[in-house]
Parts: sequence; C-alpha cells; structure tokens
Amino acid sequence: MSAGNMNLTLKIWRQTGADDKGGIHTYEVSGISQDMSFLEMLDVLNEQLNELGEEPIAFDSDCREGICGMCSLMINGEAHGPEVTTTCQLHMRSFKDGDTITIEPWRSSAFPVIKDLCVDRSAFDRIIQSGGYISANTGSAPEANSVPVPRDNAVRAFNVATCIGCGACVAACPNGSASLFLGAKITHLGELPQGQPERWSRVVDMSAQHDHEGFGGCTNIGECTAACPKEIPLDVISQLNRDLRTAMKHGH
Amino acid sequence: MAISGLIFVGFVLGHMYGNLKAFSGHDAFNEYAHHLRELGEPMLPHEGFLWIMRAGLVIALVVHVACAIELARRARKARPVKYVVKKHTGAIPASRLMRWGGLAIFLFIVWHLINFTIGKVNPQGGPTDDPYNLLVDSFDVWWITLIYLAAMAMLGAHLHHGVWSALQTLGYTGTATSRARAKTIAFAIAILIAGGFSLVPIAVMTGIID
Amino acid sequence: MTDMPDTTLTSDRSHDEPSPGEYDDAAGYYTLGEPIADTKAPGGDIAERWQTRKFEARLVNPANRRKLSIIIVGTGLAGGAAAATLGEAGYHVKSFCYQDSPRRAHSIAAQGGINAAKNYKEDGDSVHRLFYDTVKGGDYRSRESNVYRLAEVSTNIIDQCVAQGVPFAREYGGLLDNRSFGGVQVSRTFYARGQTGQQLLIGAYQAMERQVKLGTVTEYTRHEMLEVIVVDGRARGIIARNMVTGEIETHLADVVVLASGGYGNVFYLSTNAMGSNVTAAWRAHRKGAYMANPCYTQIHPTCIPVSGDHQSKLTLMSESLRNDGRIWVPKKAEDCTKDPREIPEEDRDYYLERIYPSFGNLVPRDIASRQAKNMCDEGRGVGPMVGDFRRGVYLDFADAIARLGEDAVREKYDNLFDMYERITGDNPYEVPMRIYPAVHYVMGGLWVDYDLQSSIKGLFVTGEANFSDHGANRLGASALMQGLADGYFVLPHTIRDYLADGPFDPVAEDHPAVTEARAAVQDRIERFLAIKGNRSVDSFHRELGHIMWEYCGMERTAEGLRKAIDMIRELKREFWSDLKVLGTADSLNQSLEKAGRVADFIELGELMCIDALNRRESCGGHFRGESQTQDGEALRHDDEFAYVAAWEWAGDADSNEMGTPILHKEDLVYTAIEMKQRSYK
Ligand SMILES: Cc1cc2nc3c(=O)[nH]c(=O)nc-3n(C[C@H](O)[C@H](O)[C@H](O)COP(=O)(O)OP(=O)(O)OC[C@H]3O[C@@H](n4cnc5c(N)ncnc54)[C@H](O)[C@@H]3O)c2cc1C
Ligand code: HEM
Ligand code: HEM
Ligand code: SF4
Ligand code: F3S
Ligand code: FES
Repeated sequence: MSAGNMNLTLKIWRQTGADDKGGIHTYEVSGISQDMSFLEMLDVLNEQLNELGEEPIAFDSDCREGICGMCSLMINGEAHGPEVTTTCQLHMRSFKDGDTITIEPWRSSAFPVIKDLCVDRSAFDRIIQSGGYISANTGSAPEANSVPVPRDNAVRAFNVATCIGCGACVAACPNGSASLFLGAKITHLGELPQGQPERWSRVVDMSAQHDHEGFGGCTNIGECTAACPKEIPLDVISQLNRDLRTAMKHGH
Repeated sequence: MAISGLIFVGFVLGHMYGNLKAFSGHDAFNEYAHHLRELGEPMLPHEGFLWIMRAGLVIALVVHVACAIELARRARKARPVKYVVKKHTGAIPASRLMRWGGLAIFLFIVWHLINFTIGKVNPQGGPTDDPYNLLVDSFDVWWITLIYLAAMAMLGAHLHHGVWSALQTLGYTGTATSRARAKTIAFAIAILIAGGFSLVPIAVMTGIID
Repeated sequence: MTDMPDTTLTSDRSHDEPSPGEYDDAAGYYTLGEPIADTKAPGGDIAERWQTRKFEARLVNPANRRKLSIIIVGTGLAGGAAAATLGEAGYHVKSFCYQDSPRRAHSIAAQGGINAAKNYKEDGDSVHRLFYDTVKGGDYRSRESNVYRLAEVSTNIIDQCVAQGVPFAREYGGLLDNRSFGGVQVSRTFYARGQTGQQLLIGAYQAMERQVKLGTVTEYTRHEMLEVIVVDGRARGIIARNMVTGEIETHLADVVVLASGGYGNVFYLSTNAMGSNVTAAWRAHRKGAYMANPCYTQIHPTCIPVSGDHQSKLTLMSESLRNDGRIWVPKKAEDCTKDPREIPEEDRDYYLERIYPSFGNLVPRDIASRQAKNMCDEGRGVGPMVGDFRRGVYLDFADAIARLGEDAVREKYDNLFDMYERITGDNPYEVPMRIYPAVHYVMGGLWVDYDLQSSIKGLFVTGEANFSDHGANRLGASALMQGLADGYFVLPHTIRDYLADGPFDPVAEDHPAVTEARAAVQDRIERFLAIKGNRSVDSFHRELGHIMWEYCGMERTAEGLRKAIDMIRELKREFWSDLKVLGTADSLNQSLEKAGRVADFIELGELMCIDALNRRESCGGHFRGESQTQDGEALRHDDEFAYVAAWEWAGDADSNEMGTPILHKEDLVYTAIEMKQRSYK
C-alpha cells in the first residue's frame, strides 16, 4: 500500500446557504494515502483551504463507522461512492492517483441543501413520526420471552432494521423516491408480532407522509438498493406495496 | 399503472397470436379477423366483443398514460436540481426508457391504427378491405417494416422493465428468489412479444409470406 | 465469580512501596473542600432502597404535568428514552441534539450488547450477581446503591425494548438469545448481531418521535447547547446555538437534563463520534456542577490500530470478538515482521491465557489493554511502526473457524469482519486481525446523587455524562444498560420529586441570569472569530490528544502528569492567541463549532491530569505507575482513596483562568459487599 502519494482533482459543489445558487469549484489535493478514508481526504483539503484563507467545505459526518447515517455525498454520480458502504467507510484505495472526483450533495426537494454538501433530512424524521413505531408506553411491556418470535421473522426484521436513515436511496433514485427507506421500516415492524396491531394504519399514514414530503413515486428501477450501504433489498418495496394494498382492502 | 399495463400485455399476447395466423395463410388470417368480429354472437352484436375490448383498451390506455404523466410529474418535482454527474448503477436501461419508450409506442399505435383499422391505408394503393393483403402489402414496403421493427424493439424494452415492475408493484416479489423469477418472466414476455410480432413483418419482407 | 480467589486488599503492600499516606502528589494544584455525601439514597436493605425511593419520591398529578417543562440535552439512549417516557407521562419536553436527527446519537455505534439479569440461561445469574460483578468490575469505586438499582431495573429494559420491536438475536425456538461478554462468567448479554446500540437507539428514537407527533416532545436538531441558565441556584434553561442559522436561542424550563454523552474525544483519537464533546457538561461544571472522577477513562483493548497521522478517529471492534478470538504476539521480537501464519504455535505468546489462566482472553478491558501495551513496549508488537513502536497485537480466529466452521463465525461477526477488511484491506478470515487499545468510554462525569441530580438544583445528568454507576472501570454491555435504565426507569421517577415543587416562577427573557448567559456565549463566539491566528482548530485538538494519550493514558505517573499540565497550560495560551477560524457566526460553521468544543476539552484535560495526579493508586481504568504489585498488577489503596473525587470549578465564570479546582470527597461505603483486591488470575 503506497502511502501518501496520490494527487487528485476534486470538483466539489459549494453553496453558501439555502438561497444561494451554488456551483462546482475545482480543487487539487496531493499527498493522499490509500489508507485514508474519503472523509479524511476531505479533512486534508479543508486544512489546506484553512491555510489559504478559504472557508473549509461543510460536509456531514459523525460516527465515521458507517452506522449513524450522518455522512452523505454523491461521489462521481454514485451515492456514497463506488463501494457498497457509507462515505465515511469508503477508503482512498478505491481511487487512483490522478483521478478526478466530482462531489455533490444529495439532490432531492425533500432534502434541501443547507450549505455546501450538507442537506436537511428531517423529512425522514417526519415519516417516522407519522407511524414508524410500535406504541408501547414505558413500563407497560410484558415479560420479553412471553411472545416468541420465529427466528426467520426475527432475522428478516433485523436485516431491514439495519437501515441507517442516510438517504442514499433517495439520492440515487431517478424518481427521487424514498420507498426503500419507507419499505425497510414497514418490513421491520411488520415482521414482528408486536408490530401487528398498528400494521395497516402505519403503512397508510407513512406512505401519505412520504408523498406529502415531496418524494417521488417508485417505478421499481432499483438504483436505491444498489446505492444502499446496508444492502436493504428491493423486496421491502414489494412488501410495502402489498401491505398498502391489504390496508386499502381493510378500508384504511 | 400495473393493472393497465398488464391489460395491455394480455391484449398484445392475444393480438400476436392472431397475427401469427398470417403464417397459416390468407384465409386463416382473414377467417380470424372475421371471427374476431363475430366472437360472442348472438349474445353480443356484430363486432360486440371487439368493441368491448376496444373500450377496455381505451380505458386502460387513459389510466396508463394518466399514471405515467403523474409519475413523471412527481419525479420532476422531487429533483429540481439535477446532478452534474450521475451514474445509474443497478438499473437496467429499459427502466429509464419507460417514458420515452411509452411515448414511442403510443405514436406507433396511432400510426398502426391508421394503417390497419381506422384509416386502412394501403401504401401500395391495393385493396384495404382484405386484412391479409393489406398486411402483406404494407410489409412489402421496407420503411413500414422498419417502423414496425423499431416499435417492437421499444415495446420489448418497455415490457422487459414493465412486467417486472408490475409484479413488484403488485407485491409478488417478496423474496430474493421470487424477485429473480419475476425478472426472468419479464424478460421472457418481452422477447416473446417483441419477437412474435416481428416475425410477421420479417416473414413478409423475406417473402416467406406473400 | 465469588468462587474466585480474591486476596483481600492493602494487607498486600508486599513490596518496598511506602504507605501512600505520605504523599500528596497534587499538592499545589488543588484546594481541599468540604466532604460531600449522597443524601437521597434511602438506608436499609440494599434490595429495598429503590422501591423505597420510588415510593417516597413525591408524585405530580397528571393535570399539572402539562404545565411543567423539561429540557433534555441529548437524544442518545439516556436522553431519547427519557424524552419518550416523560413525554408519555404528559410533561412538556424540549429535546436537543447537535446531529441532524435524534437517531444519530452516538449510542448508535454500540456493537456488542446490553446486560440484563434475566438468567434465561439458568447459569446462576441474578440481580445480586450483576450488582456484584459491576461493583467488582468497577474496582470498588462506584456507589453501591446506584449499582444495585441498575442491576434491578436491567430486566425491565429488555421487556421494554422487545415491546418496541427491537430485533434482538433469537434462538430457533423463537426465544431471546444471549451471550457472555467482557469479563463475566455468565451469559447475560442480549444483542442484535453487531448493532445492538443501533437497534436500541432506534427503538428509543421511534418512541420519542411518536411523542413528537403527539405534541408532548419538541425536537431541536442541529442545535448545540452552549450554556446553562441558573436562576437563584436552580437550573432553569439553556442557551443553544442553531447550527444552521447561527442564531443564539434561549430556552427556558422548570428543569434541565443533561444526557450529552462522554468526553473521550479529549484524546482526539477515540472511538467516539466526531462531534462527541464535553461542552454541555463543562459549561454546567463552570456554573457550579461538580465533575467527578474525570481521570477514569476506559481504554478498549480491541480497536483497529492507527495507520497514520491523517487518522481522524479510531474504530472499535466489538469485544464479543474476544469470546472466540485468541490474542497473541510473537515470542521473539524478530518474528514481528513475519507473516503471522508462518509463525509456529510454539513461537506464539498467548499472553492473556498465560497470565490469567481462569479468565484468559476475557479479562476486563483495562487489564487486556494494559497487557497489550506492555507487549508492544517490550518490542513484541506487530503491524506498522507508529512512532518508535509497532502498536498492535494479533486477534486470531483460526481456532474458532476450525472449531465452529467459517459459517458459524460469519453468522456471529460478519459485519465486524467486513468493517475490518474495509478499513485495513486485510481479510480476517485468512490473516489474524491486528488490534490495539483505544480510548472508548469515560467513567468520570458530572457528579450526581441517587436521584441523578447534580450539585446544581434542577440540573439532572444521565447516561455516560454522569459518573454514577461504573466506578473506575465499566464492564462490557453495561453502558447501554445504564443509559436506558436512567432514561426509561430511573429519571422519570426521581425527577418527579423535584418537579412536585413546580411549576417554578416563570423566568423573564431579560432576567439578568439569562442576558448574562447569552452575552457569555456571544462573546466567546466573537473571540474565536476575532483571534485570526495561524493554526486550525484540529491542529490544537490533535496536539491536546497527543499530550493526554502520552501522559494521561494507559499508564500515568506523577512526573508525566505534572509535565502534561504544563504542556496543556501552554497549549491553552497558544489556542487563545493563535487560533484561526474562518467563516461567519451566522451560518453553518463547523470550524467554529469545533473551536468551542476544543476550548472546553483543553480545560477538561487539565482537570483530568490533576485528578489523576491526586489519585495515587491504581484502580480500574486508572493505572498509576507508582502503585502496582511486584508482578505489575494494579494496586488499590482503599484506606486512602475509597472516595469519589468531585471537583468544583474555582476559576471565575467567564475568564479562562481555572484557578485551583476544589476537591470534595464523597466516601464510598459498602454495606452489601466486601471490598476485595480485584484478581482475575
Ligand atoms: C464504538 C462504541 C461501542 C460501544 N459499545 C458498547 C456496547 O457494546 N455495550 C455498551 O453497553 N456500551 C457500549 N458503548 C458505550 C455506550 O454506547 C455509550 O456509553 C452510551 O451509548 C452513551 O449514551 P448516552 O445517551 O449517554 O450518550 P450519547 O449516545 O453519546 O448521546 C449524546 C447525545 O447528546 C447530544 N449532545 C452532546 N453534546 C451536546 C451539546 N453540546 N448540545 C446539544 N446536544 C449535545 C448528542 O447530539 C447526542 O444526541 C460503546 C461506545 C462506543 C463509542
Ligand atoms: C408487427 C406487428 C403487428 C401486426 C402485423 C399487427 C396487425 C394488425 C392488424 C392486421 C390489425 C387489424 C385487425 C382487424 O381489424 O381485424 C391490427 C389491429 C390492432 N393492433 Fe396491431 N399489429 C401489430 C402490432 C401491434 C402492437 C405492438 C400493438 C400494441 C401495442 C397493436 C395494437 C393494435 C390495436 C389496438 C388494434 C386495433 C384492434 C381493434 O380495435 O380493431 N398492434 N393490428
Ligand atoms: C400507449 C402508450 C404507452 C405509454 C405512454 C406508456 C408509458 C408507460 C410509463 C411511463 C410507465 C410507467 C412506469 C415507469 O415510469 O417506469 C409504463 C409502465 C408500464 N407499461 Fe406502459 N406505456 C404505454 C403502452 C404500454 C403497452 C402497449 C404495454 C403492454 C403491452 C405497456 C405495459 C406497461 C407495463 C406492464 C408497465 C409497468 C407498470 C408498473 O410500473 O407497475 N405499456 N408505461
Ligand atoms: S434504505 Fe439504505 S440507503 Fe435508504 S436510508 Fe436506509 S440505509 Fe440509507
Ligand atoms: S430506485 Fe427509485 S424507482 Fe423505486 S426501486 Fe428504487 S425507489
Ligand atoms: S459518519 Fe456515521 S455513517 Fe458515516
């Protein structure tokens, strides 16, 4: 692993605030090592900019472990870049010396740009507020083992509960749909016995909120699942559609 | 969307079956065209079935196009600012051709109806009251055949994504395996229909049918 | 663990080390204040105390709750669970976090699992054993009533989370699975593959979002708390900066809860999130809240080693890996550069199994970490040279894969192995992992009584931000337990006793206490921007981290600590004269945010060193070179240090002069458990 020897050209979207038009700026960075994470590479650039007296580029990240969902970035036209992982877990060994890398924020009217590469994803919180929970007041819970959950359901619920709410699915979808995120939550709660009582109202209310937030409709293109760092499968969207249909039948 | 789409699928399948009768010769085909019109009699008036079918198709078409336009509208609103660079990892080209492809198919149908049903134009000025001859005469003209083949390619693409999409929309793709199955079915139908339809014009061109 | 050989303490002064009484290492660095005590824990049988307290704590009738407002800073397990529960109870809750969504609090990163005394495995677990293990694991430096309560409510936590739809690992029969974890001999750790914290937090987050919809909770994301408002000795609100608009906002309430997490980032490199900070706690400290045992730091043994200077954070590999992985280094230094697979069995030193036969690779974190450091200091470390050492040891799964098969191992650790490969480029199914200790958790935090109330009336502190339950060292899977215990089951009961006196007289926006707090915040921000020096915030943070890791890390000595204090004071001077923060105050400005955090870390760092200097004993995560047995094991001095060190801010409110902090001692009395010198041999 050759250390500290990559030179890159970065084309980065800069935008001072919500009402600024914004545009692409071009920067050169040198001395990038293959062991750096993509965000550490941007840290290096920001140090350089700070030196030069140019305001550093704003981008989101927190855990830098691929679990909090705070980081984003459209990298060369792919959400979270070329690997199946989050931007913070993407490492520079996925790039070559001399590469030109274009970096843009998530693009969605439901995710307005705050500054540079930071967007506002509170639409996801509002989708959860509209029904993405199981109503169980503290203290009211029965003994945990009183309700066994068949292992297969438990496993499927877990596999889709791993969604980190990053929004890459929306960013990648040509329709700007959040169906994968929505389907993941519907499937997680729908697989569990505890999730049954609110199952039908949940899917109706959450879908309504999804559309209300201005996300596009799903036409099953599949770019979302390809971009998803947690590999949430397309069948959650199928599940979403099926639950929605059943709910309609039940007159919700 | 899915429903209307699948209605179309049903129709084109039937329609293709009809067309292939062209291989069994002049009379068989006309017999079929004629039969279409008597289907259901005496319960239904002459051409009754045909009209019911046409009505169905028109409704489906309205629904289908309406949905299509609505989806396209929402998609545009959902992403006002486009990406400078955007890859399409994970998508089959067909899936992103749906809107234009759909439009192309639409135009084709318009022309097609002029050609065969409503207008009954015979490019070679020959008789138009004889569907079989009309057909043969039409496809003897290379550019008409070309239009048709192009249209069939479009239709094939449309179905390659469309059928899978419909199954997914209807929720028949709950697991990885059923998802894979849906994709194969979609591909098969697309090939079958696009291929099936194309046979006739090609056959005519190459003189297998004359 | 009672069956283990426990040598009783202090009789063991086996070597020529004079009685510690003769020392006051920190003399001159602090002033001794009045002793303090927890006045809230009821006496009597320890098993009865919590029931008693719950009964004695006054009630607030539902009609009044609507009129009572609660500010909660933090949406992690501690804050999120509290917001949901207090919202359900009908109080008016305002919830703050600096991330763009409450769901991103750093609790999300917890991997291994959560403890609960369910005894589903019928392996002899019980509330009392969990209590015993936690006190012992904490090296007898925690408050016994708090710990007992923690063990007691642990079982309700699992019930609550399952009801919310947390997808815990299950057995084929559909019942909950659990495993043994981090230095205990019973299976009491519940887990959701390697993402337990994520699943628990999403559960709390969803419960909280439900309350948002119902209007009982209002959430303020991308808001950073920068001051506490104290009116007539009571915490009545906070000053927060809207990180998007830069607006300085005043938020008033009847009570304030800090659930702001740990301050491990004082070391710059840690397993904490980039934004984890001490600011919330430190601002409260400067307003009179005591900071307890700040030097108690947990250094986690199984992290991915540093690869270079660019490193921005360290990544933890769940300790559950130690259940199946075997830790070793080459016996001969010259083997350290070889391909580990080429090194024959007899040339490998499985040092933990050798030194601690009964616990082997499962010894507590502090021990595992220190031994790893010793091996590397001996020159037997592996991996790249960092500074003058190779900082890494092997964590080998070859045996586990042979024994259980690769699939079983994959099933258990898949995501961890993937993460490791992504970061290092090596495939742990083939090559042994390389691990090295990293700062992971802080046991220290704001001092609280049994009710979780700090030394400022009306300021409650929960989760990692308080000091209460883990003593000098935290057992694996106990922080999630504490966060949720505090949030779901403890605070909601104890806070009502305080709120029963409310609603308190409304505070006017122009009350001197408010305007003064606002001004303080504004001035600080303007100062950062006005310095216009040459060095970036990160460069100061990195330098502070080096100092702390070198002198206040895994092994601490009086000499090193004094040196560190001088260096930190110098760094502080430079910070306030040579800092360079670009951009403006009225927009998203990440350098500005960091500047405030680093300024507080610098002051905290100094206090940590003073605390470490004062505590001339080795206990749990705190190892003083001067206090060890002949074979290098930690040596406690209960006769002198069986107390909580609660530090009071002595500097004046808004200057940078720390003065000499005032030390208040809270003696630790154990009635339900006998103090033993910890031994894992
Ligand atoms: C990598 C890792 C793995 C771990 N694994 C385990 C494990 O397996 N088992 C276990 O028991 N424990 C584990 N821990 C420890 C445990 O996760 C934490 O101690 C615990 O989650 C802390 O929860 P908390 O609610 O107290 O704080 P956090 O979850 O850290 O939440 C802090 C909250 O405060 C907010 N905040 C902080 N400062 C401010 C401010 N100034 N203004 C506004 N908001 C602010 C943040 O936005 C956040 O919402 C792990 C920790 C780490 C880092
Ligand atoms: C090369 C392929 C095709 C051939 C040779 C063909 C031929 C014909 C003929 C001969 C008719 C007249 C039938 C009659 O009136 O008796 C007809 C009608 C029709 N075709 Fe096609 N067709 C083809 C492809 C298609 C396709 C792909 C579509 C739609 C996607 C289509 C839609 C129709 C419709 C809607 C009618 C009108 C039916 C009615 O209402 O009478 N055709 N076609
Ligand atoms: C008449 C003109 C037509 C137009 C304008 C049109 C347009 C579209 C559009 C835009 C979609 C939306 C799905 C997407 O955006 O990906 C679609 C879907 C579909 N179309 Fe068409 N189409 C037409 C004709 C047809 C025909 C003739 C068939 C079948 C032979 C067909 C079958 C389908 C199917 C199965 C779908 C998938 C429905 C779903 O997504 O659930 N369409 N069409
Ligand atoms: S579904 Fe995947 S891409 Fe979408 S938010 Fe969840 S994790 Fe991110
Ligand atoms: S890419 Fe978009 S169209 Fe549906 S399948 Fe995924 S959301
Ligand atoms: S920063 Fe947390 S997922 Fe990337």
